[in-house]
Amino acid sequence: MLEIRNLHANINGKDILRGIDLSIKPGEVHAIMGPNGSGKSTLSAVLVGHPAYEVTKGSVTFYGKDLLSMKPEDRSHEGLFLSFQYPVEIPGVSMVNFMRAAVNEQRKYKGLEPLSASEFLRLMRQKRAVVELDNKLANRSVNEGFSGGEKKRNEIFQMAMLEPRLSILDETDSGLDIDALRVVAEGVNKLKTIETSCIVITHYQRLLDYIKPDIVHVLYKGRIVKTAGPELALQLEQRGYDWIKEEIGE
Amino acid sequence: MNAARQYIELYESHVEAICRHGSPVMNALREQAFSDFKRMGFPTPKHEKYKYTDVETLFSPDYGLNINRLSIPVNPYEVFKCDVPNMSTALHFVINDTYLPARPVPLPDGVIAGSLRDNAEKVREYYGCIAHTSSDAIVALNTMLAQDGFLLYVPKGVVVDCPLQLVNILRADVDFMVNRRMLVVLEEGAQARLLVCDHAMNDVHFMATQVAEVFAGRDSVFEFCEFEENHEQTVRFSNLFVRQEGNSQVRLNGVTLHNGVTRNTIEVALVGRGASLDVGGIAIADGREHIDNNIFVNHQVPDCVSHELFKYVLDNEAVGAFAGKVCVSHGAQHTEARQTNKNLCATKGARMFTQPQLEIYADDVKCSHGASVGQLDEAALFYMQQRGISRDEARMLLMFAFVNEVIDLIPMDALRDRLHLLIEKRFRGELNACTDSARHYQGALSPDNGETERGLQELKSRQAKRKGQAGLDYAKARKELQELKCQGCNICRQ
Repeated sequence: MLEIRNLHANINGKDILRGIDLSIKPGEVHAIMGPNGSGKSTLSAVLVGHPAYEVTKGSVTFYGKDLLSMKPEDRSHEGLFLSFQYPVEIPGVSMVNFMRAAVNEQRKYKGLEPLSASEFLRLMRQKRAVVELDNKLANRSVNEGFSGGEKKRNEIFQMAMLEPRLSILDETDSGLDIDALRVVAEGVNKLKTIETSCIVITHYQRLLDYIKPDIVHVLYKGRIVKTAGPELALQLEQRGYDWIKEEIGE
Repeated sequence: MNAARQYIELYESHVEAICRHGSPVMNALREQAFSDFKRMGFPTPKHEKYKYTDVETLFSPDYGLNINRLSIPVNPYEVFKCDVPNMSTALHFVINDTYLPARPVPLPDGVIAGSLRDNAEKVREYYGCIAHTSSDAIVALNTMLAQDGFLLYVPKGVVVDCPLQLVNILRADVDFMVNRRMLVVLEEGAQARLLVCDHAMNDVHFMATQVAEVFAGRDSVFEFCEFEENHEQTVRFSNLFVRQEGNSQVRLNGVTLHNGVTRNTIEVALVGRGASLDVGGIAIADGREHIDNNIFVNHQVPDCVSHELFKYVLDNEAVGAFAGKVCVSHGAQHTEARQTNKNLCATKGARMFTQPQLEIYADDVKCSHGASVGQLDEAALFYMQQRGISRDEARMLLMFAFVNEVIDLIPMDALRDRLHLLIEKRFRGELNACTDSARHYQGALSPDNGETERGLQELKSRQAKRKGQAGLDYAKARKELQELKCQGCNICRQ
């Protein structure tokens, strides 16, 4: 579904990604790990079209379409979802209005009629249950005054509403307590189908105990320097990154 | 001084006619107003109060005036449908500056809602008492030229449940000047709500000056809401004076949805202990529109509260100005005054000038003021785009959220809902030439339906242009017009 070829990107003239190659098939879960500053968040930002990053080289196709030429909203309509590391607070915009706009624009893109108010509220109720999101939160402004855990839960709730084909979870485990981590991870697992895929960006094995990856990559200095099975994450947990740096001759 | 000259000459040569057709109470203040105006002339940008609005230039054009008060054949009841559903109001009309006798709506005993001309004894007691002509040239100009206006009088202890609605309609075939007056008197313990809507019907240049005086007696409650939904060729100078006695509660809301140039001056004197004031303002401007709000709140006695919240959304090359001054007099202890002005400049070309000021002569008070000018939050825009919301829609949601804080302060539910809708339409660019209004007023436009039809097509074409649609559906516009004609308007039938 996703083919990344020799992707280079920079921000304010500083090169961050220096030739990423990655291929993801439907149903797969890929974990991306790596030391701080290695380019993990940049990769997710570039994939969803963040305007601050400039792609200088390479290509990304998503189900055969050129992802990099699409507007961010169209990438979303095509089924790409990013669970933000730092979800944005939008004071004054209610969760209901926000989600209704998002769901209906997606439906418009697919040539479907907008949902009626009652259909929409039913959908909200249904999906809220996936991450045990409190009704009170759903009636508030987007992320405003939410705790760290609530914000992450809200990200997964939005993912449930939009039913993406590829979800990128950017450090979804950061700032979560043990119970919240379980709820969020279970939410992700409930939404998983054999058609949908996931990129899990994380520093810790703990999240991967819940969301089992098929493939683990190590990103270092803007390149994928190692790819292996789930056992790699365990190895990293125990030994850190130094042995990998040695392996690549640093 | 040239612009002032033409009004001085106008007055000198027509004073006899102005007085003959003006009410005696209003005539009584005319000479004083004239000499004040002659002395001051129009303020220049050197006057701090008018720093951001070029008064002289705005008053320069040769506007027509209806000094002889020729009647304009309009029956607004036939053509006006209230834009606020689910809210029944006692409806009143002022066409240009002329009060139209209202259809009787049952109001409590003693309540007067009508023309300033018909209620001389009541008017004499209050008219011109707080709108002094000596300090503001535009108030002086209005006082020397105004001939009629609207009076709302609520006697002691009377509560008017039904909100009153005053619709100001500007109607002329040539560039036109209107000088309106309004007087609101709430005696001790009285309560009333007044909604004022400003509309311009014809596609000519309008200059409207209006002076309103509000007397809120002890323990009275007054809610006032004003909508401006005119067009780019309308200039409006509004001066609102409020005097609040002890424990009175006054809430003023001003919403500028559309207007060429708006200058609102509000002066509130809190003269009785325990009085509370809330002022809310929304200003939405695009194109080259200009909105200037100048607020002065004077805490003269202890224990009063005043809150001000003004929000501007400026697009394209629009200019906004806000000057808010709160003065806490000697001895006005335990004053609580809060003043907030927040502004969004959606483009590089939009400009905002803001001056929140405090002048405090008492030492035991709680006062704050703050202002901000900013852009839409890029992080929020991107977050919404990632969820599939287009950038335009996301901008709209953010702008809407921004002004929502002010709308939510309006206590009348139906009005709040309606305002949500109107503002949403405004942000979507659908309100620029409101065909709804044309529908409501089309009978009043002119007995000549040809003109109405041209007007409607013009509106449609402007809307189409704004939406970037090529071409225009004349046939559809004509069909709509046919349907309109069937709605039973007398003028159409003729």
